[in-house]
Amino acid sequence: MKIVVCMKRVVDTETRVKIAPDGRSIDLGGVQFITAPYDEMAVEKAIQLRDAAGSGEVVVVTVGPEAATKELRTALAMGADRALHVVDESARDASSTAAALAAAIEGVGADMVLCGKQATDDDDAAVGPMLAARLGLPCVAFVDGLDVDGGTAKARREIDGEVEHLSVTLPAVFTAQKGLAEARYPGLKGIMAAKKKPLENVAPADAPSLVETTSLELPPARGAMVAIEPTAAGMQQLLTALRNDKKVI
Amino acid sequence: MSNDVLLHVESAHGALKKSALEIATAGRRVADQLGGQLVALVAGSGVDTAPLAAHGVDKVLTVEGAAFDRYTLEAHGAALLAAAEQVAPRAVLLAASVAGKELGAWAAARLDRGLVADAIEVHADGEALVAHKPKYAGKAHATLRVAGPAVVSVRPNAIAPEANAKAGERVALSVTAPEARIRVESVEAPGTKQIELTEADAIVSGGRGMGGPESWNLILDLAEVLGAAHGASRAVCDAGWRPHAEQVGQTGKTVSPKLYIACGISGAIQHLAGMSSSKVIVAVNKDPEAPIFKVSDYGIVGDVHQVLPLLTDAARTFLA
Repeated sequence: MKIVVCMKRVVDTETRVKIAPDGRSIDLGGVQFITAPYDEMAVEKAIQLRDAAGSGEVVVVTVGPEAATKELRTALAMGADRALHVVDESARDASSTAAALAAAIEGVGADMVLCGKQATDDDDAAVGPMLAARLGLPCVAFVDGLDVDGGTAKARREIDGEVEHLSVTLPAVFTAQKGLAEARYPGLKGIMAAKKKPLENVAPADAPSLVETTSLELPPARGAMVAIEPTAAGMQQLLTALRNDKKVI
Repeated sequence: MSNDVLLHVESAHGALKKSALEIATAGRRVADQLGGQLVALVAGSGVDTAPLAAHGVDKVLTVEGAAFDRYTLEAHGAALLAAAEQVAPRAVLLAASVAGKELGAWAAARLDRGLVADAIEVHADGEALVAHKPKYAGKAHATLRVAGPAVVSVRPNAIAPEANAKAGERVALSVTAPEARIRVESVEAPGTKQIELTEADAIVSGGRGMGGPESWNLILDLAEVLGAAHGASRAVCDAGWRPHAEQVGQTGKTVSPKLYIACGISGAIQHLAGMSSSKVIVAVNKDPEAPIFKVSDYGIVGDVHQVLPLLTDAARTFLA
């Protein structure tokens, strides 16, 4: 069972976002970086599936700056076997990222490619399906359950308030929704072992971004809060305001 | 390439989804700006497409056949590629639902088009498409520009449908679904009649301040009276009080309902990120310093166990 997991280094979800002077990106001063949470779930699931199969390999891959080596090492410490690092300092759109990832993993011969459903910065939820399109593989995004039975994967996902159970011919691409797996903390043994695991740098494929970010702003500020008393009269006042002033009920 | 706009419209059991009219409204505006036609692709049998004609659609391409009745990426992807080949649209619009995000991204890659996912506004600027979208789960808003052909998925609830009568002439499009590598084995209807969080008009959400899962009837009762969906904070889902599918926040679902009622939720950054684009926010929390009040339109300082029954009772009478 050979599984490729695509991951992205992103700013911590606890970050208080400030806009950079260029007006098109966020101010990275003092910001902590993490592996995008859904990508971390994908790494965990891949390790579990490999271990359940009893053999195989988990290859983690990222497109990102030199510093993203840290996140790759963390994935290796969790239990991934080797890493591919497409070293690229530029900001790419989803199309460009998917193209670079596709070029990097084309030769790996994966039975399965896992991604997080979305990176928690651009929130596009696009790279997984785009990668599938480029690799000519079937894709099921937003899965919260995944098992392998021979050459077929059984996936579960929530869609339009229903739960779908799908069977998918491998190789295929899946993207991780919350609930797929709970990422483990790497132990000391894992961290030591990770230092010796192969981490290969790959030159980025030439793939232009098709979308340009022309500005980035903080969301519009909300008006002042109206305090409502926790009484029956207060509730009446609230409901009246929601209907007459806000027209939402 | 034409100046037309192509919609991929979602339906279920012969009826259009609410998002269909939202993207039709957005698409009509863009088509008028480009000076093109608005064409809707409806894949699925026996769908009543009259509401599309009433919301600005010039032409409806219908793809019928059992393979298209339930969404799969392969079947609907084949239909969308066939429609795109026929229409050669400058822009393709979809709903930013589970299906629409998956299909939109896949189609953008297949058609080599720029993708804006989860847009809250879209318009044409000359031949380019310009769209606004939240990033960092809404902590920042980006303006994006696609100079070439584009695919845009539009966030549910972001655009209010506007009536605009057009011909909406139906034309059958013949598409052969590829051999399925993805097969839907079974579909479970939800245990409760839960409204999809990302498409709900109103959401009642609970946090740690609810005290425990045994208090959730207070959330469910209020949600039922308001016809709202119900959600939960990360702390609540991580503690196993509620399923992960109900989690609202940066690592759960990003929602933008007309009304969001936060009950016993303190307002961690990652939760605020997932819901602060709601039109109206009401918070109930016993801590007057809770960060949730900073993003709220209406704040009630009090214990959820006392306030929620009062609100539910009042709402029951008010809405009767």
